[in-house]
Amino acid sequence: MIRFLIKGLYYDKSRSRLPIIVVAIGVMLAVFLNAYITGFMGETVELNARFANGHVKVMTKAYAENEGQLPNDLALTEVTALKNELSERFPELDWAARIQFGGLVDVPDENGETLSQGPATGMGIDLLSSESKEIERLNIKESIVRGRMVQQPGEALLAEEFSRKLGVNPGDEITLISTTMHGSMSMYNFKLAGTLSFGNEAMDRGSIIVDIEDARTALDMYDAAGILLGIFDNGFYDNERALEIADTFNAGMDDEDEYAPVIKSLTQQSGMGQLVEVTEKWSVYIISIFIVAMALVLWNAGLLGGLRRYGEFGVRLAMGEEKDHLYRTLIYESVFIGLTGSIIGTALGLFAASLLQRDGIDITGMMEGSAMLYPSAIRTRITPTDYYIGFIPGLLSTIVGTMLAGLGIYKRKTSQLFKELEA
Amino acid sequence: MNYYRHITVMKFAIAIKFAFALMPLHAQPTADQILERVDRNLSSDNRVFESTMTIHGARSSRTLTSRTYAVGEKRSFTEYLSPPREEGTKMLKLEEQLWIYSPSTDRTIQISGHMLRQSVMGSDLSYEDMMDDRKLTETYDATVIGSEVLDERKTWVLELTAKVDNLAYESLKIWVDTERYIPLKEEFYAKSGKLLKRAVLSDVVQIDGRWFPKTILYKDMLKQGGDGTEFKITNIRFNENIPDYIFSKAALKQ
Repeated sequence: MIRFLIKGLYYDKSRSRLPIIVVAIGVMLAVFLNAYITGFMGETVELNARFANGHVKVMTKAYAENEGQLPNDLALTEVTALKNELSERFPELDWAARIQFGGLVDVPDENGETLSQGPATGMGIDLLSSESKEIERLNIKESIVRGRMVQQPGEALLAEEFSRKLGVNPGDEITLISTTMHGSMSMYNFKLAGTLSFGNEAMDRGSIIVDIEDARTALDMYDAAGILLGIFDNGFYDNERALEIADTFNAGMDDEDEYAPVIKSLTQQSGMGQLVEVTEKWSVYIISIFIVAMALVLWNAGLLGGLRRYGEFGVRLAMGEEKDHLYRTLIYESVFIGLTGSIIGTALGLFAASLLQRDGIDITGMMEGSAMLYPSAIRTRITPTDYYIGFIPGLLSTIVGTMLAGLGIYKRKTSQLFKELEA
Repeated sequence: MNYYRHITVMKFAIAIKFAFALMPLHAQPTADQILERVDRNLSSDNRVFESTMTIHGARSSRTLTSRTYAVGEKRSFTEYLSPPREEGTKMLKLEEQLWIYSPSTDRTIQISGHMLRQSVMGSDLSYEDMMDDRKLTETYDATVIGSEVLDERKTWVLELTAKVDNLAYESLKIWVDTERYIPLKEEFYAKSGKLLKRAVLSDVVQIDGRWFPKTILYKDMLKQGGDGTEFKITNIRFNENIPDYIFSKAALKQ
C-alpha cells in the first residue's frame, strides 16, 4: 500500500507539489531561525564567557563566595600545577589564568606627586606569551583606540574615556595603587601603551588591563590567580559537558578546605543559567509557532485538495472502502509529503545557515568602531538539533492539517454517493 | 582608771574611723585621674623606637620591621626595614596629613579620605589608627564601670565616650592596671555599639620612670580569618634629639 500511495503522490503532482513546497519553506525557515537564534543568543553567552565567566571557571571556595569583592587574599595558589592538571584531565578546554583587582590609577606630575587620580577596575591577563589566546578571545587588538597593544612587561592599557579623564596619553607613566594578596598597599608603575574601547559604560569609565605577570608582581601574587577560565576549544559552550566537568572535578575536592579549588560551569554562575535556559527555550517557541502557522496553511491546502479529490473519495467509498481506511491513507500520504518537504527544507535551511555561520554579517559598520564587548559579526550556529528540528513542524503540521481537512470524509453519506457519481 | 581607759578607747575609735574615712581617697582615683596617669605613661614629647609587626593572616604569617621617630602627637616618620619587598617604604605624618613613599615606584602618595581606612601593610591596624595619637584625656570622657582581674593583675574597667568629632572610634572600653596605670586590654567600638577592634597589651616594662607595654596584639574583629597583628617594640628611647628635617617630604626620598 505504501508503494501505491507514493506512486500516487509522484504521478499526481497536483496532490503533493503545493504541500511539499509549503512544508519545505516552513522547515527551511524554522531550521535557519533556530540556527540564527542559537548563534545570536549564543554570541551573548559566549561574550560573557570570554570576558568574565568562562565556559567553566575555577576559583577557591572562599573566593567564589565573595567573588563580587575581587578578594585576591582568597585567590588560587600553585596555579601552574593546577593548570597542568586541568589540561591533562580536560584537554578539550583551553585554560587561562586571570587576576581581577580594584585600585587607583595615579598620574604623576614632574615632581612625582599626584597630578590626577581615579578609581579603577583592573584585569591581569596573559598578553605576552606566544601560546595565549586571550588577546584574540577578548578582541583587544581590534578595540584599541589610541596607541598600541602591550608588547613588553611594565605596559598597560586604559579605557579611552578613563585616560581622557585623567589627562594621560600613550607613552605617559601611570602608577597603579592597589592592595596585595596579603592586604598591604601596593604601588606599581606602568607605561601607558594604548587605550581601549570596552563598549560598556561602567568599564569605559575606569578600567585598566595589564599582563598577568605584572599583576602578579604588583599584587605579590606569585604563581597565583583569582580565577582560571576554561574555554572549549571549538569556542562553543556545551552545557552538558561543562556540568559533567564541574561535577567530576568538585567530587575529588575537600569540602572542608575553603581554599580548595572548585569549578563552576557557565550556567552555575549568577545570571548565566537563565540566559542559557532562555536560549534553549527559544527553539521551542519558534518550532511551536511554525507548527501552528504551517498547520493552518496545510489545513487550508488539505481542504482544497479534498475539494479537488471529492470525486475520488466518493468512488472509493462507493467501492466499499471504509471511511477510517480512507482517512488513514490520507494521513499516510501527509506523512510522506511531510517527510519529503522536511528533508528538502532542512537541507535548504542548513545550507543558508552554514553560509552565515562561515561568513557572518559584519556589523562593525553599524557601530562606532569595534569594542571588546560588542560582537563584530552576526553569525548563525548549526547544532545537531538543526538536523532534526525541522521535521517536528514539517511532519506535525502536515498530519494535523490533513487530519482536520480529512474530517469531511466522515460527513459523506453513502446514500448520496451514487447520486454524486451520476452528477 | 576606767575614765582614762574610756578616753583611750574613744581616741582609738576616732582614729580608726578617720583612717577608714581617708582610705577611699587613696584606693579609688576618678576615671579622669586614671586616664591622666595612663596618658602620662603612653605619651611623650618625643620617642624613637624600633619594632616588629607580625601579621598572622588567614593563610600565612609575615613579619615586618620598622623604625619610627615621633614628636608629640602631630609628627611621626616611619621607615620599613624588612622584608625586602617593604624595605625602604616610608610614611610621614604631619598634623592631619599622611604620605607614603614607595621606593620601587619612586612615588610619594598622600593617603586621605577612604584610603585612611585601609590596612597598614595588611595588618589589623588602619592608617586611621596610626594617625590618631592624641591623648585619651583630650578626646574621651571616662567612667569607671567596674574592676576585673586580668592575667593576675587587678584592673579598673573604664568606659570611654568620644567628646570630640572625627574620631575613628565612638567609644572604648579599657582595662587599666591599678598599679602601673597601663591599659592591659582595649576594645574599640563603633557608634552602633559594634565591636570593631580589640588590643591586648603585655610585656609592660619601666623605662625612664614610665610604664610602657612592649607588645600589643591587635585584632580587627571585622576581618575574617587570621589571628591578629602582634606589634612588638624591640627598642625604645624617649626624649631623643630628633632633627626637624626628618619630618619633611624631602626626607621620604632620601
